[in-house]
Amino acid sequence: MSELSAALRKEALLQWRTRAQLAAVFVFGASALLLFSFAIGPDSAALRRHSAGFLWLGLLLASTLTLAESFQSEMEQRALEAQLLMPVRPAALFYGKAISNWAQLSLLGFALVPVMVVLYDAGTDRLGALLGVILLGTAGLSAPGTLYAAMTSQARARQTLLPLLLFPLVVPVLLAATRASSLLITGDPMGQVRSWALLLACFDAIYWSLCGLLFGRVVED
Amino acid sequence: MSPETLNPLPAPLGSPQPAAGTPAVEAEGVCRRYGRRWALVNVDLSLPRGSALVVAGRNGSGKSTLFRVLSTLIRPDRGTTRIFGLDPRADLHSARRRVALLSHHSNHYEALTALENLEVAARFLGRPASRAALVPRLGDVGLAERADDPVMTFSAGMRKRLTLARTLLQEAEVVLLDEPYGQLDPPGFRLVDDVVVGLRSRGATVLVATHQLERGAALCERGLVLEAGRVAWTGPASDLVRGSGLEPASLAEGGA
Repeated sequence: MSELSAALRKEALLQWRTRAQLAAVFVFGASALLLFSFAIGPDSAALRRHSAGFLWLGLLLASTLTLAESFQSEMEQRALEAQLLMPVRPAALFYGKAISNWAQLSLLGFALVPVMVVLYDAGTDRLGALLGVILLGTAGLSAPGTLYAAMTSQARARQTLLPLLLFPLVVPVLLAATRASSLLITGDPMGQVRSWALLLACFDAIYWSLCGLLFGRVVED
Repeated sequence: MSPETLNPLPAPLGSPQPAAGTPAVEAEGVCRRYGRRWALVNVDLSLPRGSALVVAGRNGSGKSTLFRVLSTLIRPDRGTTRIFGLDPRADLHSARRRVALLSHHSNHYEALTALENLEVAARFLGRPASRAALVPRLGDVGLAERADDPVMTFSAGMRKRLTLARTLLQEAEVVLLDEPYGQLDPPGFRLVDDVVVGLRSRGATVLVATHQLERGAALCERGLVLEAGRVAWTGPASDLVRGSGLEPASLAEGGA
């Protein structure tokens, strides 16, 4: 537990020092939402109907930037090696990094909600539930994203490799998150949101436990 | 830094205690390859606790690979290594708790300050991470006045000093110093000499890979020369310059 706490403090420090990057990723995500609205045109009903999909597409695209960068600081001077030799258990390093990425992606998702409301007229009276779905969905992106970011961090084409590896794996999470968000925005007469959220939580539990186990194999020789 | 400024070696908590006489570092038939090229071929060595070995060899002879294998950072493709009798393949965590490696890479976070980098290491090691505890550590390597400067503003020599401070923070029983004199100025050379003397006075086992043959020979009692990944010579460090066939740094630099 003390190793995880040290890992989380390290990540918080690194995030604070590189906080300008979060603003850049937000601008990227907001730009994606803006482009989607241009693609649909002035059809406000269609915009509202597709708003949840656009939100998650924007989040997915922006997440690859966040995730790929998250291992840059570990690899540029091989700081990760020193921690492995201290020795810090790989699982503590993984969960520290994954929780940090989750926090960033959640913040990004929360920040994109007002943009979505303004651009797509996609308000909801169940804002708390929508933020909860964003928390669950970004958890499903951040655990495998962190694992794949570690795998591709030494590759020359990591910015290309990461989405190629990550996107197929997170399709179930995206489907569930988009469906749950869409129901919260457009209405949920059958009360299905809880089932989709439960499905998301199950995927999260699987990803977070499996990726934590596999991380050691990725970073050790 | 004087030997007295270094803390005595603590016994790693929860680690199996080695039997008396167990070598601190052992390698048997160690081979390691990168792709199709063998970087180490059948390397054997055994170092008693508290001893010091200088490892020499031309660029690409396998010194860094040997240190990375002995530090448990990479696995040998063949052969075995042991740290105080512990096989890293069986008990990686316990073996690693006894080893520290100063490598070619600075292993720091560029965006963090020198003090923050040491704080990160201290927290992982479970050591006091307060400013009061760590600034003296930076002072030991001549960086106290730059404690709050980001590492990205440091010269290569200053990074090396910071890496040395972090390596010493581990207070390991086996310390591997890979090119410790690299990028350092003459006072830095003396700092490294003092560190090795200090480590030995605490009972640590020290391995130094260097091209500074005379310095290495003066600090260690055993010498080993690698050539194309094989042990080409081994013997008393005092015979290193004469017996190794390598050119001493002083001659290479046109000195005496």
